This record gives sequence, C-alpha cells and structure tokens, in this order.
Amino acid sequence: MNLALKDIRFKFGRFLLTTFGISLLLMVVMGMGGIYRGLIQEATLIIDRAGADIWVVQKQTKGPFAEVSSLPRNMEYRIAAIEGVESACAFISHTVQRDFQGRVIRMTIQGLPDDGQWLPLLKGRPLRESHFEMLADKSAQLPLGTRIRLGKDTYEVVGITGQMNAPSGDAMVFVSLDDALSIRNDIPAEGIRSEREARVRRFDAMPYGSTSAEHVEILRSASKRPAALPGRRISAVLVKVREGWNKEEVLRRIRELPDVSAYTADEQRQIMLGGFVARSRRQIRLFRTILLIVSTVVMTLVLFMLTMDKVHDIAMLKLLGARNGVMIEMILTQALLIGCIAFGVARFLGQWAYPHFPRRVVLVAADLWLLFGIVVGVSILASVAGVVKAMLTDAGEVLS
Amino acid sequence: MKQALLAENLCKRYGRGDTGVTAMDNVAISLDTGEVVALLGPSGAGKSTLLTALGLIRPPDSGRIVIDGTVVFDNGYKTDVRAFRRSNIGFVFQKANLLPFLTARENVQLPMELDDISGGKSRRRAMELLEQFGMENRQGFKPSELSGGQQQRVAIARALANCPKLLFADEPTAALDSVMGRKVMEMMKRVAHDFQTSVLVVTHDTRALDVFDRILRMEDGKIGEK
Ligand SMILES: Nc1ncnc2c1ncn2[C@@H]1O[C@H](COP(=O)(O)OP(=O)(O)OP(=O)(O)O)[C@@H](O)[C@H]1O
Ligand SMILES: [Mg+2]
Repeated sequence: MNLALKDIRFKFGRFLLTTFGISLLLMVVMGMGGIYRGLIQEATLIIDRAGADIWVVQKQTKGPFAEVSSLPRNMEYRIAAIEGVESACAFISHTVQRDFQGRVIRMTIQGLPDDGQWLPLLKGRPLRESHFEMLADKSAQLPLGTRIRLGKDTYEVVGITGQMNAPSGDAMVFVSLDDALSIRNDIPAEGIRSEREARVRRFDAMPYGSTSAEHVEILRSASKRPAALPGRRISAVLVKVREGWNKEEVLRRIRELPDVSAYTADEQRQIMLGGFVARSRRQIRLFRTILLIVSTVVMTLVLFMLTMDKVHDIAMLKLLGARNGVMIEMILTQALLIGCIAFGVARFLGQWAYPHFPRRVVLVAADLWLLFGIVVGVSILASVAGVVKAMLTDAGEVLS
Repeated sequence: MKQALLAENLCKRYGRGDTGVTAMDNVAISLDTGEVVALLGPSGAGKSTLLTALGLIRPPDSGRIVIDGTVVFDNGYKTDVRAFRRSNIGFVFQKANLLPFLTARENVQLPMELDDISGGKSRRRAMELLEQFGMENRQGFKPSELSGGQQQRVAIARALANCPKLLFADEPTAALDSVMGRKVMEMMKRVAHDFQTSVLVVTHDTRALDVFDRILRMEDGKIGEK
C-alpha cells in the first residue's frame, strides 16, 4: 500500500494544479537559461558561419559588429595580394530600421559574396540574379515574394532562412555584395549633384593654368574617372589563410598594413562576448540566478505546505506506530514526483512555447541536467523541512 | 486471571507553580486480560491524560507502567514505544481520525501493513473485522462517504487489527446517538472478548454502563472504584 500515491490520487486536482504551477515556473527558468545561451549563440553565429581565419577591419576599431568599421572597397585586393592569403572577401553588414506595411522592421543587411547556397534555407531558393533579390530570415517576417524598397532599388524576397540572426538579435537579410554596397552607400541625387558642384568649385579655385576645360568636363561626369564621389565603403575583409601557412604569420603580415586592424576568428568572438553582449549576458545570468532562487523558495514553500496539511494524518500514523521511514517515504515520494513531473511538463511546454519567444532560446543538455539536478535537490530540501516537521509532530496531536 | 496492564504512582502536572494543574495524582490502575472497564469522571478530571499515559502517547511525569509483563515505563520509557504501540495497543477517539485518502478496508489494513503483515493476509483480516462490525459492504468507501457511526466502527476495527493486548477508547460514542452508541459499545466488547483484549473506555454515557465488567471513577486526578 503506497500512501504517497493514494494521497495524490485522493487530492488529484490539487496535485495537478501544484505540479502545473511549478512547471510554469520551471519553464521560465529553463527559458531564461535558453535565452542566455541563445544570446551567446547569436553573438557569434555569423563569425562561426563566415568561417574566416582572419577579420580585417578599420584601424583601431573592434568592428564590424561591436562598432562601426569602414574600409575602402579596394582593401579586398590589397589583402588578397599578401603572401599566404588564400582568399580575401569584402564583408558588409549594417542594420537598418524601416517602417514597412505599417510595422517597424529591423534587419541586418548582409552582403553575400556568393548565392547563399550554404545558408539554412527553409523556403524558396538561393540568389539567382546578381541584383535585386533578397534572402530574409524567418524572424524578419517577410514572406516569400515580398517586395521591399531599400536605397534606390526594390528587392524581392526569394528565400527564407531559419535561425539566422545578427549579434544584435535582429533578423539577417542577405543580398549580393554589390546590392549591399548600394544600400549602405545610398546617397540622394541632390547629395551627388552638390558634391560634384563642390568639386568643380574647388577646381575653379585652383591657380589658372593648372586646370583645363577638359578636366572640368571629367569632374562633372558620373561615368568617367576619377569618380565624382569617394569610393564605396565596406565593413571588413574576411581572410582565408592558404593551406600550409601559419595563421599567426599571415596575421602579422596583415597587421603590418598601417591602415587596418586584424583579428583572428577567436579574437573576434572574444570581442563579441567580452564587449558587445557582455552587459546583456551579465544581466540575464543575474536574472536567471534570481529566478532560480525564487523558484527554490516557492517550491520549498509549496512542498512544505503540502506536508503541513498532513500533520494530523502523520500524527495518526505515528500513533498507529508507523516507523519514521513510512512518513519520510510518503513526503519524499510526493515532493520528488511533483518536482520531476513539473520538470518534464516544463520541458514539454517549452518545446512549444520557446519558438514563439522574440529572441532565440537554445536549450543545452548540460543546462537542462543542471536544472534537473537543482529541482531534485530542492525537492529533497523541501522534503527535509517537511520530514523535520513530521518528526517533531507529537502523536498526541491526534487528540487535538 | 493474568494482568494485562498494571500502572502505579502515575503523576502528571501541566504548567508550573501556582498556575499548574495536577492532572494525575498518584494514579494506580490494573486491567485483567479480556476485561472491559469504564472510566467515568467529570470534565477535567484527568481521564484523557491517564489514557495518553497508559497508551504511551504522552509520558507521565513519574510512575511505572507494566503491560503484559513488560515494564514499558519506569520514570521514563523503557522500550521503543512506537514499535510497542504498533503491536500491543489500540486506540479509539471521539473522532474516528481515519486517513481520508484510504478506503475503509485500507484504513483497517494500515496497522497490519505497518507491522509488516503481508498484503493478502492483512486484506483478509481487515475484511473479517469489517464483517464483525457490519461494515463489509462499505469496505471500498472513503471516510468522507461514511456516516459518523460507520466511521467509528471502522476506527474500532482498525484499533483491533493487530489483536492488541490493550484497547483504549476516549469517549468513542460521544458523537453517536444513544442507540448507535450502545451498539458500538456492545460490538467492541464482543470483539475484545473474542481477541482476549483488555479494554479501558472513558465515557459519559451512563445508560450503557451495564456492558462493562467494572466501572472506575476519576476525580481531580485521583481514581477510585465505583
Ligand atoms: N496540554 C495541556 N496543557 C495544560 N493543561 C492541560 C493539558 N491537557 C490537559 N490539561 C489539564 O489537565 C486537566 C486534565 O485534563 P484531561 O484532558 O485529562 O481531562 P478529562 O478528564 O479528559 O476531561 P474531559 O472529560 O473534559 O475530556 C485539566 O484541568 C486540563 O486543563
Ligand atoms: Mg478528555
């Protein structure tokens, strides 16, 4: 005859409600841990995915994510010429916030050096044309076929990726490198016109004889060189080191360039975790700890109250001569059952709920096991409080 | 006849000094095997205090208690009282105090299971006992589904489950009407007789006194034969 199970069955409604309440609490704790992991994963996602050995950025900046970095387009070719560099590729990434169909969308526009075949596509296809096509992450909520104006051009969503978020958590959208450059360097027509005019004026101010009408003609033109405007800017250059070359050696050579800073992928990750998301990380970690303490207190209290409810029955059991083990087993079984079932329900509910969270929730097995251990520990702790109460209960209390 | 219970010099004082109350004042009592004895007395006489002392629930301040030849109390407990209670003493109170989450049969089975009697055996014996008290057709009911008298009969069956040497009852029929009260008292006596259990019943119901072999009176913590 299992007293714990009989008691649970007797007050099944209350058992369910208690378990459900605790499971909701555990779901939040679990989710908070998942958000913490998600934050870290998002912060380093593009660094991991880009697969570059070395990141070259504007001198003395920690770009391109932690702060703005701006390099001339031709940096790509200068880096490519360095010995030991297998490939150098322009990287351009910047976040925009636009009003679109009555809502605010934030997206990080990412220039693709290729067609994006390697991206986790959920729907649609990779880029086929070199212009005006876009791959959007699911979290941007731009369905296939959506047309959206960015800069001077209209882009059509041809593919939907999953789980591609920028370090800021914003959805990533992918366009060709050239398109990304146009969007980032978009200057209104009036701006271009006045810049050309300013050049002509400066030219006119030069001493007579050093200029010619032909020069002026060239400066006014949009298509002939030298360009009317300064060259387009990119965010960074991604470097792959040639097979058999020492990465440190290549890094040292790149660092010899006087106008750039360079980091290994690991250093770039460190920049993100140690700076960009450090504050959010600390905040979430603190919040998770507080939540854990709150849950511990709530669970202990709830489980202890369950025991308090049974004081009279426990006194009767003692009067009938029950050994302590009988009472301990009864209290412990109930506490562990509630704790374990609540954990299971939380895990199950989370599976359904977390995808609806605005930011990524990543459940790590180690975190789950730790939480499970804590739940079991708290159940036992709460039982100890209950058991102490039971042990102190006087059989004579049956009389009162 | 062999003595089932012998208690001497039992003293118990609640509180200290002037405000203290002497609930038992050198009480001595003995019960023969199978004897059914009533304990009468005004409210506050110390009857419940005596019962909890004899039943090894709350120790007296001093004195000596011998049950079935074993010294269980001599100015302090001399045995593992809980284990001793389990197999030698049964209790019935004014309230039935059944465990609400067990059925009538399971409540009767409980003391046997606590005494490591196998499930099958305890079930059979529980059914026998319920039958003796006319409760066999209610065996699957929870206490909340039973009337007060039915609950009390289950409680008595439970008290007798382990064939105890002693059965203590503190106003077991107070919550019942006089007809049911008498019936319950008679059942208790019959079963106690069958099991050779000595019974001490605290009662206020003077109409059912003819059931008892002997009647004791208690007043101001002192005991006397009537
Ligand atoms: N826990 C206690 N603390 C202090 N005094 C107590 C306690 N229990 C009983 N008493 C006192 O001891 C005396 C005897 O109490 P007891 O309960 O034994 O009387 P009783 O004969 O059973 O009375 P009743 O017929 O009303 O049940 C009373 O004066 C009571 O006030
Ligand atoms: Mg009393």
